Amino acid sequence: MFQETQHVKRKKRAERTAQGVFLGMTLCMVLPLIAVVGFLIYKASPVLSIDFIMDAPERGMRAGGIWPAFWGTVCLVFFSVIIAAPVGVLAAVYLHEYAPENWFTRMVNLAVFNLAGVPSIVHALFGLGAFVLFAGLGKSILAASLTLAIMTFPVIIESTKESLAAVPRSFREACWNVGATRWQTIRGVVLPNSTSGILTGIILEVCRAAGETAPIMFTGAVFFKAVQGGDVFAYGPMDQCMALSMHLHTISTQVPGVPEAIPFATAVVLLGTVLVVNATAIVLRVIIRTRKKW
Amino acid sequence: MRKSLTTRQIVAEWIIENLIRLCGISAILFVFGIFFFVFREGAPLLFGEGGFDLIKFLTSPEWYPSSNSNPRYGILALILGTASVSCLAVLISVPFGLGAAIFISEFCGPKLKEGLKIVIELLAAIPSVVWGFIGLTLMKGIIESVFGVPFGLTVLNGAIILALMCLPIIVSISEDALRAVPDSYREAAQGLGATRWQLIYRVLLPAAKNGLLAAVLLGVGRAVGETMAVLMATGHAVNIPIDGTPPYFHALDSVRTLTATIAAELGETAQGSPHYRVLFLIGIFLFCITFTINLVADLVVRGIRKE
Repeated sequence: MFQETQHVKRKKRAERTAQGVFLGMTLCMVLPLIAVVGFLIYKASPVLSIDFIMDAPERGMRAGGIWPAFWGTVCLVFFSVIIAAPVGVLAAVYLHEYAPENWFTRMVNLAVFNLAGVPSIVHALFGLGAFVLFAGLGKSILAASLTLAIMTFPVIIESTKESLAAVPRSFREACWNVGATRWQTIRGVVLPNSTSGILTGIILEVCRAAGETAPIMFTGAVFFKAVQGGDVFAYGPMDQCMALSMHLHTISTQVPGVPEAIPFATAVVLLGTVLVVNATAIVLRVIIRTRKKW
Repeated sequence: MRKSLTTRQIVAEWIIENLIRLCGISAILFVFGIFFFVFREGAPLLFGEGGFDLIKFLTSPEWYPSSNSNPRYGILALILGTASVSCLAVLISVPFGLGAAIFISEFCGPKLKEGLKIVIELLAAIPSVVWGFIGLTLMKGIIESVFGVPFGLTVLNGAIILALMCLPIIVSISEDALRAVPDSYREAAQGLGATRWQLIYRVLLPAAKNGLLAAVLLGVGRAVGETMAVLMATGHAVNIPIDGTPPYFHALDSVRTLTATIAAELGETAQGSPHYRVLFLIGIFLFCITFTINLVADLVVRGIRKE
């Protein structure tokens, strides 16, 4: 057996220290997530129930539930997905299947990358300038959803591109060889083989859109709208609506005398919705990976 | 034998292919659209409406937009507010983010790695308004009791919240950069008897430095552009947290940022008024900053791929 020299011992000690420090830094990321969720649920527990989601707010947001805000968010997300999904998927098809390797394609990729990095409040200004004022939609769910869609469709592009890249080239070649055109190949072979990846992207888009506040503040969301609890036909596309994220912001900063548990419960419903949707995407991805046939 | 394509099929194919091309270039149209429409609302001021002075706009610390007698629009205090919160946030999150990325890519097994990646993804999914709410409630209480200050909505509060929001992006991009270092580098170092720590700071960090730089830049971009969290957590008082008396930088002061100003004031301005146009100019300013940051980050990342 070799005797460990001083030098080796020191090296090993440094190694252990490094591992400990990096583990600690990682924990600094994990613990806040648990702390935040735990703290919110603990504070929200007095009012948190199904009724809280299903009831309309009462006495100027100081009692009752959050149904109009919850349903408003559902509507906003629904319209934004309808708009963003086809454009995002087709854009990804273009970038992955059609685009030649040249400066223009690089520009498109850069634009997608940049669109994801533009501050949400600038998207809000854009939505106000382009949809509310220029296009004359006024403050409406449609204008807000369009703003959200433009803000979030890079998420769909990224995810779709990844899943298109996972379809082997030999699949396409086999299809071309039996005489199919480029679009027939994409529709018949490439897209069906990447549906789950596309679905993941769409779910992630839903998650992003549901949590955003700034882009809808000036384009369609309002502080209060009288809606019956549980009414699912409350909003049409040209109506203004309440939204969970905006509701959380206003009742926690602008309305005096709200009982403490209500904003916490609103935060839990928003956070819960977003995390559940996100977890669905994660589970879906794991399923795809285990089921993969090639 | 299949028949060759009918005219109808050819036309349909032509339509769908052009639709795909249109969607493909839509991203470019949107970026130009954003610039155009935000600029359109703010531009009249730049062309001399209402005696507007661009130099004064950028360098004056006086932000009194709703003064009746003499409204003043100087965004220096707001720029410094954004800068101080973002810098502090990045200073906090970069060491932790790099450390976590190193741990994930070099020290932990595949199962733990999967788990940590899911945690990062969930952390990234928390909406900014929920972060802001955490700042407004939990962090406010913590800062008031730890530092004994009367009002806990401060630069530090906003910076900690922002740091947590930037962590996921910094960790995931740093981790990508570390993974892109070829395994032969690791094997060579280990063959020479290096410990993992020596391997990390002598081999991996220098080899991955471009990717790590890109991660930091994107973190900065995220921090500068964040709206709701800083609106709720930094106290929203027009104030310059830097002055000549020690400690020169007052992390326990309240500040107001560029993004928060737009979010808080746009709803109250009349369309077409100077105040309204100034807020759009701030938007253009923010757009240019983040555009530049993203552009540089993209060039840096592209540099790696070429290698």
